[in-house]
Amino acid sequence: MRRARNLGRWLVSGPPLLYLVVFFAIPSLIMVLASFRTPGEFGGLAPLYEEGKLDLNLESYARFFSEAVYAQIFVKSVGYALATTLLCLAIAYPLAALIARSPKRYRDLLLLAVILPFWSNFLIRIYAWMIILGPNAALARGVNGVLSWFGHEPVPLLFSSFAVLVCLVYVHLPFMVLPLYANLEKHDPALLEAAQDLGARPWQRFWRITFPLSLPGVYAGAALVFIPALGIFAIPDILGGPEDSLIGNVIKQQFLETRDWPFGSVLSIVLTVAALLIAGLAAWIARRNLTTPSSREAWRA
Amino acid sequence: MPRKRRAWLWLAAAFGYAFLYVPLVIVIVYSFNDSRLNAEWVGFTLNWYRTLFHDNDMIVAAGNSLFIAAVASLVSTILGTAAGVAMHRHPSRLLSVLVLSPIAIPEILMGVSLLIFFVLLNFTLGLVSVALAHIAFCIGFVAIVVRARLAGMDESLTEAARDCGAKPWQAFRYVTLPLIMPGVIAGALMAFTLSIDDFVITFFTAGAGTVTLPLQIYSMIKIAVTPEVNAVSSLLMLLTLALIIIASKVSPSLLRSQEELAK
Repeated sequence: MRRARNLGRWLVSGPPLLYLVVFFAIPSLIMVLASFRTPGEFGGLAPLYEEGKLDLNLESYARFFSEAVYAQIFVKSVGYALATTLLCLAIAYPLAALIARSPKRYRDLLLLAVILPFWSNFLIRIYAWMIILGPNAALARGVNGVLSWFGHEPVPLLFSSFAVLVCLVYVHLPFMVLPLYANLEKHDPALLEAAQDLGARPWQRFWRITFPLSLPGVYAGAALVFIPALGIFAIPDILGGPEDSLIGNVIKQQFLETRDWPFGSVLSIVLTVAALLIAGLAAWIARRNLTTPSSREAWRA
Repeated sequence: MPRKRRAWLWLAAAFGYAFLYVPLVIVIVYSFNDSRLNAEWVGFTLNWYRTLFHDNDMIVAAGNSLFIAAVASLVSTILGTAAGVAMHRHPSRLLSVLVLSPIAIPEILMGVSLLIFFVLLNFTLGLVSVALAHIAFCIGFVAIVVRARLAGMDESLTEAARDCGAKPWQAFRYVTLPLIMPGVIAGALMAFTLSIDDFVITFFTAGAGTVTLPLQIYSMIKIAVTPEVNAVSSLLMLLTLALIIIASKVSPSLLRSQEELAK
């Protein structure tokens, strides 16, 4: 009987497990291995065995740590991802708060309205900003009109860091709204009423009650925005100038143009480690926050 | 005082919604604009749609995208349903990590690791490699929707069927599956949408000769901006919108499972 149960269990979980081992786990391990190898003469990888010698070394790692330009690009990518996270938070908070406070029957609709753009094609959303920020569009003409009033040289909006940042925020916004809403929805309005009765002003109520209570949602949203934003390459590729190359662009370049797979793998691994660290950090802070006495009481209330 | 505060909230949220929708509306509006420049409104035309339907490259790309999406959604629905059932009944860390990681990590990582994998195996990059890659990331999405559906289901029904002498497969086929069907269909539609829209993973696994709709759009906007891109974008948005609306009608819990995803 027990054996039959186990057999059934493996019949159900076996096929997806096998598929993901072959098409996710093994490719990831191969990439880790590739980071220790030498690039081939015509790109790709040099043979693993040659003249009785196993091709495993740390050269690509040494290159990453010795050439300052890569550390700089990495820091720049972290900067962009951080700015994206903060801007998403600023725009998402009122949205999530509004949805959480609206009557129950409208909530799903309002939430759906936030999610729908996320389902439109990624490239279309980038393309939309090409149009809006284009040199002949109303926005650029308006901005440059004002600038020329002040005797300033006209500035291009497209192919700039500004365009990259706006689009990064645009693409990742729903990821911030969802966890924030899921958190804010659970807040007990009685807490705010009690604070009001005790004479707390609106800002005090927000900073001392709503915001601290919403921190788990903030951390979850921050991780969901920061991690994908860190690895993005299409947005700087399409909307950025030559200065706006991020870590994703360098990875793409290593794999498809330079064809230096070992170095591309090293960069990918650095990106993975950074993403995992951030996710772990967000989870750790969120947990620690929940176990500090004051917030625990607040939760219980 | 509360009313004033509410007005601020409304204003900020209205800005948020405008930020989300104005760009997409502009893409659609300019697809009907009688001008090569996406800069100002000149007049109404359907010419860009006409150009689109005579664009051979675009038609080939659309065919490829539909084929890949059909295969990827079919296979990932079967595997994802199995994964969702397994995650619900026998929670295991290994399975959860394998199913959810492809969703959680930056897409580019999966793209490049699959590129190395396929090339080292001498596997020709093309429709099949793209479909195999899409299946891998769609499994997780289907599994989450199915698991959410199972969580809302009364397991005693399956137990009752087993007590009445149904074999495990029969209990699944005649009791569990019909009950979770809305979740399975919603998951399949979601997988189809994700596959047809995917750019990053496709970009790395398609090789030089194979083009899908997002890849075609990418190469067009890298060269020049023409309203033909607006036209194909509008149609793609319409398709996605239809699929998502059907999915959320079939399974109202889809929205909830997206929240779950966000956690």
